[in-house]
Amino acid sequence: MMKRTMDETEHSRRRFLALSGAAMAVVTLRSAEATPATMNAAMREVTGAAAVRAGKVKLEVPPLVENGNTVPLSVSVTSPMTAEDHVRSIHVFVEKNPQPNSGNFFLGPRAGRAQVSTRIRLADSQKIVAIAKLSDGSFWSATTEVVVTLAACTEEVI
Amino acid sequence: MKAGRTIAGVLLLLAICVPLLAAEIPADQRRSGFSFMGPDTQAIQNDDTANPGMLWVLDGEALWKRKAGAAGKSCADCHDDDSMRGVAARYPAFDEALARPVNLEQRINLCRANRQQAPPFAFESRELLALTAFVAKQSHGMPIEADADPQLAPFVAKGRELFLQRQGQLNLACANCHDDNWDKRLAGSAITQGHPTGYPMYRLEWQSLGSLQRRLRACIFGIRAQPYDYGAQELVELELYLKSRARGMPVETPAVRP
Amino acid sequence: MGSVLINVPKRAKRGDVIEIKTLMSHIMETGFRHTATGELIPRDIITSFSCRYNGEEIFRADLFPAISANPFISFFTTATETGTLEFSWIGDRGFSETATASITIE
Repeated sequence: MMKRTMDETEHSRRRFLALSGAAMAVVTLRSAEATPATMNAAMREVTGAAAVRAGKVKLEVPPLVENGNTVPLSVSVTSPMTAEDHVRSIHVFVEKNPQPNSGNFFLGPRAGRAQVSTRIRLADSQKIVAIAKLSDGSFWSATTEVVVTLAACTEEVI
Repeated sequence: MKAGRTIAGVLLLLAICVPLLAAEIPADQRRSGFSFMGPDTQAIQNDDTANPGMLWVLDGEALWKRKAGAAGKSCADCHDDDSMRGVAARYPAFDEALARPVNLEQRINLCRANRQQAPPFAFESRELLALTAFVAKQSHGMPIEADADPQLAPFVAKGRELFLQRQGQLNLACANCHDDNWDKRLAGSAITQGHPTGYPMYRLEWQSLGSLQRRLRACIFGIRAQPYDYGAQELVELELYLKSRARGMPVETPAVRP
Repeated sequence: MGSVLINVPKRAKRGDVIEIKTLMSHIMETGFRHTATGELIPRDIITSFSCRYNGEEIFRADLFPAISANPFISFFTTATETGTLEFSWIGDRGFSETATASITIE
C-alpha cells in the first residue's frame, strides 16, 4: 500500500469548507502518488528486459487539459497491420496518478489500423507514455507532457 | 496547492474593489460556454456517438415510453413522437394553476402527478435528468425564447435582481464575474458569460449529467453563500432571467463543459 | 437505466477499415476517494472490454481506475463479412453487460 500525502493547503481548504457548514459528503484526493519509478516498473512488466525505442507511436492528448477527470487520448501506431507485421498491443502509462497503468489495448492484424481512443483521468500535470508491442516482439513508445488545471471552486457533492 | 487561497484572495479583491457595474453584455457579444472550451472538449459535445450526455438522452427515451403511476400511462401515450420539439427552448414557462413559472424538471413532475398519478422524481435523480435531457435534446439548435409570455415579466425582473444581488461571505453577485469579468480566468479556468444553453449538461467535473440548478447551487456555494434548495422559487426565477439574457442563443443540450 | 451507445457503420465494402465507437454508462469509482469522515469508497470499475466479430475476438482492453467515468473506447477493424459484432464489458461487483450491432458487407 502506498502512503498518500495531502498537500497542506489543500487539506486546510477542505477543512475550512467542512467547518463552514457545507455538507461535503465526498472528498476527492487530488494528490500525486505514483512516481516515475513506479511507472518504470509497470512499463517493465510489459516489456521485460527488451529495449523500448522511441518512434512509430503517436500519442495525442490536448496540451492544456480543462478538467483532469476526462482527458481525451488517442494512440496510433504506424504499421501495415498485416499478418506478418502488425501491432499486438498498446499500453498507456501515467507518471503521477495513484496507479501507473491507464489501459492495455489488444489489437491484431484484423484491426486494419492501429489506433485506439479513450478518455482518462489525470490527477496532476504529468507525463503520459504509450508503448506499442509489435508482432516481431519489438517495443516502441511515445511520451507527452500534459498540463492539468483544476476546477476553480469545490462544490458540495449531492 | 495555493489555488484555494489564491481564489479566495482574488474574489475578495473583486468583492471589495470592483463596484457593481451591472453592465449587461451587448447582444452581439454574447458567447456560449462552448466557445470558451478547447477543441477536444468541443469535439466531445459535437459527436452524438461520443457525447456522454447522450447516455442520459437514451435513458430518457426509454423512460418516455414506460407506463407509470396509478393511471398506468406513459409520456408517449399522451405526447406524439415529435411534440416535444421546441418545448425546452421556451422553458421556464408560466403555469396558470400555480400562477408562477416552472422549469422543465418541475413540469415533468407536475405531469407525473396530474396525468400519470405517479410520485415525483427527486431532483438530480437519474430518471429526472434523463427525461429532462430527452425532452430538451429535441430543442437542440433552436433559439432560446423563454420570456415571451408577458405574465413572466415580474419573475424575470426578480431573477435579474437575484443575478445582481451581492451575497455570501465573499459578497459577490453573479454579475461580478459573468457580466463584468467574463473571459478572464479564475485559477486556470475561463470565466464564461454564464448562459444556460445546454442543460442538463455533462460536466467533466461531475463526470455525470447535471441540471442548471445543480450548477447554480455549486456557484453560490463557491462564493460562500447558502445555496437555495432544489426546486426553490429563486432558482426558477434565476433560470428564467438567465434564459431571457440568453434569448436567441441556440439550445445545445446535452452540452459538455469542464 | 444505464444505456450504452455503440456506433458501427451499418454497411461497408469488403476490406474497408471501419471505426467502432463505444460509450458505456458506468461510474468508474476509482477506489481512491474518501468520504468526509475518512471512509474509503470502494473501487467499482469496468476492468475489461472486448469485441467479437462473428464470434472471433477482434479487440480487447484492460481498463484501470484511470479510465474516466462512462468509458469511451474507439478502435478499428477490417470489414470482412456480414454479421454481428458482440461487445462485452466486465467489471467489479459482478458487472457484466453486452451489446450487439449488425453490419452488412456489400
